[in-house]
Amino acid sequence: MLANYMPILVFIVIAGVIGAALIGGSLLVAHQKPYPEKLSAYECGFEPFDDARRRFDVRFYLVAILFIIFDLEVAFLFPWAVSLSRIGLFGFFSMLGFLGVLTVGFIYEWRKGALDWE
Amino acid sequence: MNWTLALPEITLSILAMAILLFGVLRRGESFSVCSMLTLGALLIGAVLVIGQARGFAFNGQYVVDPFAVFAKLLILAGAALALVSAQDYNREEGLARFEYPVLMLLAVVGMLAMVSANNFMSLYLALELQSLALYVLAAFARDELRSAEAGLKYFVLGALASGLLLYGISLVYGFSGTFDFAALAHLLSDPSHASAGLIVGMVFVIAGLAFKISAVPFHMWTPDVYEGAPTPVTAFLGTAPKVAAIVLLLRVMFVPFGHLTSQWTQIFEFVSIASMILGSLAAIGQTSIKRLMAYSSIGHMGYALIGLTVGTVDGLRGVLIYMVTYVFMSAGTFACLIAMRRRGRALEKISDLAGLARTDGGMALALAIFMFSMAGIPPLSGFFGKLYVFLAAVRAGYWTLAIIGVLTSVVGAYYYLRVIKVMYFDDPAPAFDRRPVGLSFVLGVGAVVTTFFFVFPAPIVGAAQAAAAALFG
Repeated sequence: MLANYMPILVFIVIAGVIGAALIGGSLLVAHQKPYPEKLSAYECGFEPFDDARRRFDVRFYLVAILFIIFDLEVAFLFPWAVSLSRIGLFGFFSMLGFLGVLTVGFIYEWRKGALDWE
Repeated sequence: MNWTLALPEITLSILAMAILLFGVLRRGESFSVCSMLTLGALLIGAVLVIGQARGFAFNGQYVVDPFAVFAKLLILAGAALALVSAQDYNREEGLARFEYPVLMLLAVVGMLAMVSANNFMSLYLALELQSLALYVLAAFARDELRSAEAGLKYFVLGALASGLLLYGISLVYGFSGTFDFAALAHLLSDPSHASAGLIVGMVFVIAGLAFKISAVPFHMWTPDVYEGAPTPVTAFLGTAPKVAAIVLLLRVMFVPFGHLTSQWTQIFEFVSIASMILGSLAAIGQTSIKRLMAYSSIGHMGYALIGLTVGTVDGLRGVLIYMVTYVFMSAGTFACLIAMRRRGRALEKISDLAGLARTDGGMALALAIFMFSMAGIPPLSGFFGKLYVFLAAVRAGYWTLAIIGVLTSVVGAYYYLRVIKVMYFDDPAPAFDRRPVGLSFVLGVGAVVTTFFFVFPAPIVGAAQAAAAALFG
């Protein structure tokens, strides 16, 4: 039974090796020129290392949520597109139904003004 | 693929989205229109449920049997009563947004699917659909601190319970290789397949579901959420979702884990006794009637679980009858609580009810009926609910459960009777505002069903018997 998990172990080891190699390689080979600007937040967003209780604009949060919805939609679309030849009309219309539901949600958030930054 | 079996759920989801679009595209206030449309949708749902064929759909993930139909009708009735009683309250409290009925409708879709779930995947999907809508509803008065707190608490603890449930499901899947209830039942008919890992998974599943029905020791959220949520939302939380969750629990215990009775009986014996005792003792010191109702609902879940512990057709029938009586008396009681307003402000202290018999005799009588019924005094419906579960317990030889049940009913009677004493024998407080027609309707329906249950018990008992037998068959 445990032998079935061998590929996962191999995968973990490979992932670890690649990760370590990339970090270690850049430490050894790359030019190290640290200066404070490199750690500062770029143009927008907030300080990466700061008190977690700091206030931030709720609009960032809203945008993140809206992004996740459509991000997941694409994540569902890829496997659907790949297997479209095998799942037939029912599979095709199932996804259209899903997209329809998302569209309803999209119309709702649009009309509610969630997309207006100001 | 006979997906037409899921027609009620499909229709209700489409209607929910249509009402959402209608509400958001229409200019001006659309709460009343959307509520009426939602009531219509619930009615259409009930008609479709009654006319449904029986069978399995979606490769066995979804089942329609008399058991599911019975629970679905009860859920639709509970939701409709809760929606009617929300109308005037929401308008006065500034909660008259059209999202309210839509969220309720989505929660109802989740509950209907829960009742019909025949696979751990569809179970989880339905449970989350129901829970997410309820979290938002609990925090619906978002400008009010208590409501936001209730919503957040409910969400965090609910997410924890979902996590426990998912972990349990993953263990069950890992040790059995299937999500399907029928396949699990077939597998477990051979006792050698009931490995320790699978039992641990089952216990996690029980813990997750016990949270949803607020049984001790997973009850901590109930008083705070009941108290903080707007009263009409509490009325909804206390009726339909309880039915859905307990029916789901019954199906999970009797279909996939039906052969593991000896393993789960002890768990439910403890949960049932603990819920009954906590429900009756903790309610005594409450001054807020919403918190009192929260502890009362914990106690009622304890009584209903007696029927599950017993594990016979009689016990199951008892649970179903108990839920019918519980839904109607709760809906009526909450209608009374929603009507407790003085000069436009909502009240929730038991002492605010003082002398109600002299200022509003009708409402005092109705509330007295509900309190007597919850205490289990014949000939009201609450008595028959308890009678059937205790009868099942005695027949199956669970004397301890029956005796503890009777004793805790006596303790519980103290705080129910105290409400009646405050209403009938204390000096009258100023009268409440005039009661809206919708609330009088819900009050009336609840009071009539509670009072006259004993005249026509046969159809309900017969339907419950058929439903319980279907789960065993």
